[in-house]
Amino acid sequence: MSTPLEPLIHELSVPGRQGTPVPELDVPKAALPEGLVRDALPLPEVSEIDVVRHFLRLSQLNYAIDQGIYPLGSCTMKYNPKINEQTARLPGFVGAHPHQPVGTVQGALRLMYDLQTYLAEISGFAAVTVQPAAGAQGELVGVLMMRKYLLDRGETQRDTILVPDSAHGTNPASTSMTGLRVVQLPSDERGNTDLDALRSEVCERIIGIMITNPNTLGLFEEHIEEISEIVHGCGGLVYGDGANLNALVGVMHPADVGIDVMHFNLHKTFSTPHGGGGPGAGPVGVAEHLVDYLPDPVVRMTPGADGAPATYGFHHPPHSIGRVRSFWGHFGMLVRAYTYIRMHGAAGLRDVAEHAVLNANYLRSRVKEAYHVPFERICKHEFVAEGSFEGVEDVGAMEICKRLIDHGVHPPTMYFPLIVHDALMIEPTETESLRSLDHYADILLEIAEEAERDPDLLRQAPHNAPVRRLDEVGAARNPILRYEPEAEED
Amino acid sequence: MVYTPHTAAERQEMLARIGVEALEDLFADVPQRYRYPDLNLPPPASEMEILGELQELAQANLNANSVPTFLGAGAYRHWVPAVVDYVISRGEFATAYTPYQAEVSQGTLQAIFEYQSLICDLTGMPVANASHYDGATATAEAVIQAYNVFRRKRRKVLIAPTVHPHYREVVRAYTQGMELTITGDESLSTTPADLAAQVGDKTACVIVQSPNFLGQLEALDDLADAIHAQDPDTLLAVATNPISLGLLKPPGAYDADIVMGEGQPLGLGLNYGGPYLGFYATRTDYLRQLAGRLVGQTADAEGRRGYVTTLTTREQHIRRERATSNICTNQGLMALAATAYLATLGKQGLQQIAALNYHKAHYAAQAIDALEGFSVSDERPFFNEFVVACPAPVAEINQALLDGVYSDTPILGGYDLAQDYPDLADQMLVAVTEMNSRAEIDAFAAALAAFERDQRSRR
Repeated sequence: MSTPLEPLIHELSVPGRQGTPVPELDVPKAALPEGLVRDALPLPEVSEIDVVRHFLRLSQLNYAIDQGIYPLGSCTMKYNPKINEQTARLPGFVGAHPHQPVGTVQGALRLMYDLQTYLAEISGFAAVTVQPAAGAQGELVGVLMMRKYLLDRGETQRDTILVPDSAHGTNPASTSMTGLRVVQLPSDERGNTDLDALRSEVCERIIGIMITNPNTLGLFEEHIEEISEIVHGCGGLVYGDGANLNALVGVMHPADVGIDVMHFNLHKTFSTPHGGGGPGAGPVGVAEHLVDYLPDPVVRMTPGADGAPATYGFHHPPHSIGRVRSFWGHFGMLVRAYTYIRMHGAAGLRDVAEHAVLNANYLRSRVKEAYHVPFERICKHEFVAEGSFEGVEDVGAMEICKRLIDHGVHPPTMYFPLIVHDALMIEPTETESLRSLDHYADILLEIAEEAERDPDLLRQAPHNAPVRRLDEVGAARNPILRYEPEAEED
Repeated sequence: MVYTPHTAAERQEMLARIGVEALEDLFADVPQRYRYPDLNLPPPASEMEILGELQELAQANLNANSVPTFLGAGAYRHWVPAVVDYVISRGEFATAYTPYQAEVSQGTLQAIFEYQSLICDLTGMPVANASHYDGATATAEAVIQAYNVFRRKRRKVLIAPTVHPHYREVVRAYTQGMELTITGDESLSTTPADLAAQVGDKTACVIVQSPNFLGQLEALDDLADAIHAQDPDTLLAVATNPISLGLLKPPGAYDADIVMGEGQPLGLGLNYGGPYLGFYATRTDYLRQLAGRLVGQTADAEGRRGYVTTLTTREQHIRRERATSNICTNQGLMALAATAYLATLGKQGLQQIAALNYHKAHYAAQAIDALEGFSVSDERPFFNEFVVACPAPVAEINQALLDGVYSDTPILGGYDLAQDYPDLADQMLVAVTEMNSRAEIDAFAAALAAFERDQRSRR
């Protein structure tokens, strides 16, 4: 076995080594609780510089937006402004305890209230909660509210949510977490939800539909208003998956086309960093009839009397689905998103969507020279290409993606949506320059040539990454999920 | 505009290539009557302006780091070593996404593997996942795991009244569509042993917390045995404070099936409640019912050690409506912070921090218990948080402390338990950490004493 790229922190441990020093005890010692004290604490023993170098070296094994284009479809990997990091770290935010009396956290509450208001303004909804921790949790919140709203109206027979086959996997998963049934809807030949299939599925059992607009093919749902009418016509509600809001922010109010409830991904549209997989934040907007069902609590403003300043506090919606996380939300992420919205204003947000769509269509126009791009339409913020070439065996989306790594850029989302064969889902975002887009297109075209000329180059890729292709089957068959000292002795 | 780089000439070139004339043409499929609504947002701010605006909002908060603080109740003011923010500020970590492409995500993946290992070390459990959103959602996921272990056939869940009130609310909100019966927390006098006595063959799990919401260490010694005497298969899930595990026996040593909790004390700032970190560990037997991401060790085509996300067939992007949970992300950067925290303190450091918490809290409890009108219950041992019976409503005392009536600086007092437990009127939950100097503790006790004297003289 060759040398690992970087030892595990446990492997750097030397018994007796002290890390960052801890202050001395300045009070008398108390008796320890009998029988409750642990014998051994098997943590690593390393010095502070060991830690710094270890994590610095690990960081260098990553690819990140700060290094280059990261066109992962449906993830909106846009530039994360550095000012956001500065504002989120202001001492008055970092040091606020979530249980402080509301009178001592008026700044934090005002920020949350203003963000609720801005998001409502951007989406056209009546009210917004900033409590949900991530988009998936926002979906759960949305489905729970739809369910409870209909239950409270005595419609106990409703138990089904319709989900198009192009939907994110979280949509059906969130639905089944609420105990509801999922019925999948096919897409039509233009990439829209199939209206006939929808008409044949709607009935008195329907709680509603979860719809992503633009959908995961990057296409605007052309019948969105009809979909809303059909679902509302049978007494159901429409959930909007806001993952793709970057295409429409400032261009359209999602609420205008009949969406009753929608989550926002602050880590997508509103530039908060993805952090290697979190923390995200998934605020939820609702139309008027669902306002009383929002998670508990929401922030409310009380205007001051006789010129006194307004005050901010918590409000408990009377029919709330309850609380979905401790405290009030991913506050640090809210500060970043607030910063982003305030720096853009209305025109700036519209500019974001327009350039996200411009960039996607430009890249699409170049990529389709060598790749089949189904659905000949203007796309929105992303598009899906087929990652295969006629007459070239054993080269698919995976091989193309691994070869992109060799060329020094990040691959797109692969094999999703499921309805396109060997899908490559490409979302460049508005923050990429023309040069960056051309560079990416040039690489994709070159890979298409490589596939014809030397397909093994793709099959064996990556060649230039920190590691070669990793054995995922072996990892799942024989799971090693933690450091085990014994396992190291080969 | 702000972060869109194109020049007007470039934009024209791109539009021409696409075959449209103007940006608006790209939105022809958006019904025209809805296109470009007026948004009532404040005009855009420059970097200088937004920093000024947010500095003003931040300064409108009392910074708990700037005054003696004795507030805990699920979020704790701990020292965050400088290394932690250095590590999580690296753009390579902060601006990467979920490690979908393992070959260019080895930094994130190895860090998660180390995090999983450290959580196993701390909790005494064999498997830990890549994290949940916070302690509350980790507790809800424990209930759902237990529900899935019994193939959704057992619908009874017993939860102790001393589990954090927010966690109990979240468990109920998450499972409201699952037709579970969640009981046990109706009366504060119900002990974990009482819960064990209620276990039957329809009970999926018993949830307790230790140190519990009131700071007390629960009697975990025979709890698993008592549960299993009633029903051999019922799961025991224990929420815990990770700092306490620097000193105390981990729940794994008491035969717990699931150990979870709030990871905020491990190097995360207070941040007005988030983002925090839900740590989660369980037994190997339950790997297939475990929610959330898992990173496993493997090898590349040349035999070099590497890491991948694994057992993904449990997850939503593969299994959709049959997934173990809808969770998509973990708390990546927060898990990284906890990893850097545990690494930089290490074995000795965490033991020392835990000891500082324990001894300072006991010093404070003793000082306060000695005061006229105040008493500290010695019913159960505690770690760094304890309940003080007060001679007046806690809100009233806290206001006086905050106003600095009895001290040189404002003091942020403890948590008013009457908010959650009507039986606990006039009871304050006091948290003491390594951040509280002896002088602060003495000033706090002196202020309480002065309050009581004042109150007595007014009577």
